[in-house]
Amino acid sequence: MNMQNADKAKNLNVHELRSFALRVNEHIIRMAGKGGCFIGASLSCTDLMVYLYKQFLNIDPYKPDDPNRDYFFLSKGHAVPALYGTLAEIGMMDSARFENHLKTSDDIYWHPNPKIPGVEFPSGSLGHLLPVAVGVAMDIKMRGQSNKVVVETGDGELNEGSNWEACLIAAAKGLDNLIIVVDRNFFQANEQTENLIPIEPLEEKFFSFGCPSITLNGHDYEDMNLVFNRLPFRKGSPNVDIAETVRGNGVPSIEARADRRIFNNSDEKVEQLIAELHNEYADVLIPEAAAI
Amino acid sequence: MMKNETPNPLTTYEKALTNIILHDDRYVLMTAENHSAIRNLPPLLKERFVDTGITEQGMIGAAAGLALRGRIPVVHGLAAFITMRGFEFIRTDVGLGNQPVKLVGTFSGFHSEANGATHQALEDVSLLRTIPNMKIVCPADERDLEIALPVILQDESPCYIRFTDTKADIEHHPEFRFGEAETVTEGSDITILTYGMLLNQAYQAQQVLESRGISVRLLNMRSLKPVDERAILKAARETEMLVVLEDHFQAGGLYSILCEVLVKNQMICEVMPYSLNNRWFKPGLLQDVLAYEKFAASDIVDTIFKRWLRDFC
Repeated sequence: MNMQNADKAKNLNVHELRSFALRVNEHIIRMAGKGGCFIGASLSCTDLMVYLYKQFLNIDPYKPDDPNRDYFFLSKGHAVPALYGTLAEIGMMDSARFENHLKTSDDIYWHPNPKIPGVEFPSGSLGHLLPVAVGVAMDIKMRGQSNKVVVETGDGELNEGSNWEACLIAAAKGLDNLIIVVDRNFFQANEQTENLIPIEPLEEKFFSFGCPSITLNGHDYEDMNLVFNRLPFRKGSPNVDIAETVRGNGVPSIEARADRRIFNNSDEKVEQLIAELHNEYADVLIPEAAAI
Repeated sequence: MMKNETPNPLTTYEKALTNIILHDDRYVLMTAENHSAIRNLPPLLKERFVDTGITEQGMIGAAAGLALRGRIPVVHGLAAFITMRGFEFIRTDVGLGNQPVKLVGTFSGFHSEANGATHQALEDVSLLRTIPNMKIVCPADERDLEIALPVILQDESPCYIRFTDTKADIEHHPEFRFGEAETVTEGSDITILTYGMLLNQAYQAQQVLESRGISVRLLNMRSLKPVDERAILKAARETEMLVVLEDHFQAGGLYSILCEVLVKNQMICEVMPYSLNNRWFKPGLLQDVLAYEKFAASDIVDTIFKRWLRDFC
């Protein structure tokens, strides 16, 4: 870990991270109107992305092509509103562009486009970016560099065999600079993972593929901080963080409708969802209001 | 390499490849555990040789990742497996990103010999030519491959090479350009358009047909994407019949490419597809396969001669 990241890890300000996540979630909910987006899968990984970009990844918003940057790959591409919301809040993307969501005049649609600064690679077809990230991590090792490579996958996505090929390759090549973050929200598109194609015991699966794994709470910044500061888990092995999350986290009426993966809401409904969100984030909203 | 093993001399392909990639760190040599074309290279390339095991999808995804970091991966695998098992990874991770990944498909077409239909790549051209940005080169023999290789490796686009390393029977034009066919013989009655290992059979057939008084133009369509439209149109204008000879399914290969070119240019002419129409071929050793499937030079002569007598005499 470099000095900049060491500082990032030390100064864990949960209040600030929650405020940040609130703003990202607002972006997500607004993208769920006028054509909609995969809102549940996006809300489940907001906290993860906020933690990664604010505390862990060495990514300078003003130098997206810095050769020393860390890499972040969103393999579950349908969660792109969480990524765009995060990129906007760290200053890599202009949030005014969200007005163009799904418009052909811009490049912001249901899956990531690498024309957006900060998007390293297109995704959407599941099981692709872990293999791609393996290639990137392999090159970093070949060159003797120290960039970290983080790839976020879904849990349902792990049905795809290419992920397991990639784990075998990553373990064989000793890619301990590779960090696989599983957004373990327990849902596939339509079904609960364990009711359709059970993937438990997941930790053991990854371990047996040569990739030490740890389960953590993907909504608890302290927990994430503990785990991400222990990397690499084993020298010479790829790392897996299984982040247990709640699909639709932060918006109870969506959490309750976790069977629905895509929402397209009326303007009025969007405002209702924002109100729900604000209620959940009252702890960070009230002190701000008091400060005014 | 085993300790007591003496190094073998490099093959023509290995020499041509190492001439370019050995001292240029941008190149990474990859394979999904298929060493046939590059057996002598791992010790030379050292850490720039990456064998991912039997993982076509994982390998092609990783190749795209390496390309994202500025590398030019030269990726090897059985043509049937890299193009079909890996197709979506080629399309989405290599094609969409326009990554300079060079895919080398071995044992394509009749080269799969006795392996059986599981290993027969007879749709590799058909599939890969649908991918935007992808180029396709099908050399006729090791000399043709040697000529094309530097151009392919120095080009910035992704490219599929339908690998062959048979000995050359003809003297090739020593220059390769994308989108340019090689005119092997001039002729005014019939044009045979072919690519890959069948060029040798076609050349023998051309010699026999000439001796029977039929003037045959033979085109080596080494670059299938982009294709040499001018050579096709010129042949359609200047000769009576076009024969498209390929060890590929009739659907989607050179026959389809040729039909598209003719229709686009509102050209009507006699076209004879000579390919595998809606079927796989009988597995066997190469010479036996050619004889059984009637792709040997003598069969090509008979089939074309009969058609010529029927339609033009």
